[in-house]
Amino acid sequence: MSDVLLKIENLRKYFPVKGHLFQKRRYVQAVESVSFEIYKGETLGLVGESGCGKTTLGRTILRLYEPSSGRIEYAGVPIYDSEKKIAVDMLPYRRKMQIIFQDPSASLDPRMTVGEIVGEALDIHKLCPNKKERQERINTLLDEVGLNTEHANRFPHEFSGGQQQRVGIARALAVEPEFIVCDEPISALDVSIQSQVVNMLEDLQQEMGLTYLFIAHDISVVRHISNRIGVMYLGQLVELAESYELCSHPIHPYTESLLSAVPIPDPDVTRARQRILLEGDIPSPLDPPAGCRFHTRCPYATERCRLEVPQLKEQGSGHFAACHRLDG
Amino acid sequence: MNESNTLLEIRDLKVSFFTPAGEVKAVNGISYTLGYNEVMGIVGESGSGKSVEAYSIIGLLQSPGKVTGGSIRFEGEDVLGFNDEQMRRFRGDRVSMIFQNPMTCLNPVYTIGNQLVEALMCHDKGYTKEQARARAIEMLELVGINNAEKRIDQYPHEFSGGMRQRAMIAMALICEPKLLIADEPTTALDVTIQAQILELMKDLQKKKNTSIIFITHNLGVVAEICDRVSVMYAGHIVEQGPVNEIFYNPQHPYTKGLLASTPRLDEEGRERLVPIEGTPIDLLNPPQGCNFGPRCKSCMKICLRQKPPFAQVEDGHISACWLHFKAPSGKGDAT
Repeated sequence: MSDVLLKIENLRKYFPVKGHLFQKRRYVQAVESVSFEIYKGETLGLVGESGCGKTTLGRTILRLYEPSSGRIEYAGVPIYDSEKKIAVDMLPYRRKMQIIFQDPSASLDPRMTVGEIVGEALDIHKLCPNKKERQERINTLLDEVGLNTEHANRFPHEFSGGQQQRVGIARALAVEPEFIVCDEPISALDVSIQSQVVNMLEDLQQEMGLTYLFIAHDISVVRHISNRIGVMYLGQLVELAESYELCSHPIHPYTESLLSAVPIPDPDVTRARQRILLEGDIPSPLDPPAGCRFHTRCPYATERCRLEVPQLKEQGSGHFAACHRLDG
Repeated sequence: MNESNTLLEIRDLKVSFFTPAGEVKAVNGISYTLGYNEVMGIVGESGSGKSVEAYSIIGLLQSPGKVTGGSIRFEGEDVLGFNDEQMRRFRGDRVSMIFQNPMTCLNPVYTIGNQLVEALMCHDKGYTKEQARARAIEMLELVGINNAEKRIDQYPHEFSGGMRQRAMIAMALICEPKLLIADEPTTALDVTIQAQILELMKDLQKKKNTSIIFITHNLGVVAEICDRVSVMYAGHIVEQGPVNEIFYNPQHPYTKGLLASTPRLDEEGRERLVPIEGTPIDLLNPPQGCNFGPRCKSCMKICLRQKPPFAQVEDGHISACWLHFKAPSGKGDAT
C-alpha cells in the first residue's frame, strides 16, 4: 500500500461568477489549495457538508473540470501542472481513471440501452475487436455488478435506483480502470439498497485491485468503507487521517463537531453523547472568511485565526490537521 | 394506553392510488395510537407508504390518492368525516406539518413574516395585526433565528437551508397544535444543521408538550428523538414498539435487516455490512403472502401464501411475522 497512485498539490478550482458590467469579476473558490496522496489499492474517503467542494475536487482530479492551478500526478506522471504548463491529453488516462456519479437516473442517457451505455466506453477505447467479443464483455460486466445479461437491451428507466447505480458502476468498470472516483454513489439509494452497493464496491476493489476516492456526506458510510478519511470545509482540506483514528481522535474543531452531529442508531449511546453544536451556517465560498475559513464558527477562534491561514501539519503518524491551536 | 390519554387513533387505514396501470395500495391497513406528548417515529424506505399515511391524517392526500378504508380519530373526532371547512380549521390549528424541503413549501413571493401572520389570522385567534406580528417575532426567536425583528421582513430566498427549516417549524407551531407531523424534516440538511434542528425539536417538544409523528428513513435520527417506533414496509406496519425495544430487541426480519445494514460511526472494526437482498416489491403486483417474504432470509412456505398477523412480543411491542408462531423457542409466542 505504499505506492502513491495519485498525488495532488495545491489544487485549486475557481468558478467565475457573472457580475454587473463594471463590477470586478468574482470567483467561487470551490477548491482552495488541496494537497494529498492516494496510495495504490486504498480507499480515501472525503467528507464534508454540501458546498464544501468535495464533488468539485473529485471532478477536478479527473480534469472533468479544468483545474485553476496546482499539480496532479498520476502514477508518477504529471497530467496537469500549472507552473510547468503541462496539461496532457486525458483520453488514455480515462481508461485508468473513472467516475461513478451520484444520481444514476441523471447520469445515464435515457435514450440508450444499458448495453449501449456500457459498450460505448469499449468502442471509444477500441477495447473489443469484434461484435461477439464486445457482447461477451458487456455480459461479463453486467454479471459482475449483479445484473442479468438480458438487462442489456433495456433502458435505464426500466430499472430501480439501485439497479441504475449498478449500471453506472458497470459503465465505469468497462475500461478496466485502476482508479475510480465514487461521487456520492449511494446517497440517492434506499437504506436497504445502500449496503448492497457498498458491499459490491468492496468486493470489486478486492477482485480488481481498485483504488477509490470515495466522496460522501454520510460519515458513517465513509468510515465503513475507507482506509483514510479527509475532511473538507469550504474548499479546504482541514484534516486527514486513518479512518479509525480520525473518528476516535479528531483534532480539528470542525471534525469534532461534525462527528458529534452524526446520529448513531442506538438510543442509549446517541442520547448520552455530548454534542458540539456549531453556530450559524457555512459562509459563502464567493467571499470566504480571511485566515482560517472556519474561524467564524469555531468555538476556539483567536485573533491569529482571523488573520493567518493555518497549514496542514502532521500530528503523529499520518494524522494531518490544519489548525493554529496545535502550535501552542 | 388508556383512552383519555389518546390523541390520535388510526384504525386499519387504507390508502390507494388509482393509476392508469392499476390500483396501488400505498397504505394497506395500518393501525396505531399516539398519546399526548409522545414522539412516534415512522421508519421505512421510499414507497413504504409512510408519507402517504401522514398526508391522509392532515387531509393533504392528492388525486389519484384516496382513503379507501379505516378510520382516523383525533381527540375522538372522526377526521375522515370532516368537510372542507372543518378540515381547514383543523389543519394548521390542531395539527400541522413540516416538510422535507422547506424551499418548495415556503411561498417565495411573500415575506416570512407575512406567511407566519397568515397562519395565525387564518385561524381566528383574535389577534390584531400588531399582536400577530409580535407573536410571529416571538416564534422566530423561539426557533433560534437571530435578529428576528429584521428577519421577519425577509423573503425565503434570503434564508439559508437550516434557517428556512426553522422558519417552517415556527410556522407549524405558531398556532400551538397538539400534533406536529414532521415528514423527513432533516433529510435535505447537512449533519451539523440536522443536529441543530433535532436539538430544537426536542427542546420545543418539551416546552410545548406537542406530540410528534416523525417520519424518516434515518435510524440514527429515530434513536435520538423518538419514544416509540413503527417500522413500515410496503404499506404495512411490520413492527412497532418502544424505541429501546426496536433497537435492542428487534423481532421482525426487516427491522433486523435494517439495523444490520446500517453502518455505525462508533463501531470498532470494519465489519462487513449485512445487506437486505433483493429490491423493494412492486406495489402494483404485491405478493399474496408476506410483503417482505421474497426478500426474507427465513422465508417459509406459509409466508408466501398468507399475510402474517401481529404477535405481541413484549408489552406494547408487536411484530407481524410468521416466525413468532412457528418458533420452537418460547420467545415471541402468539397471543
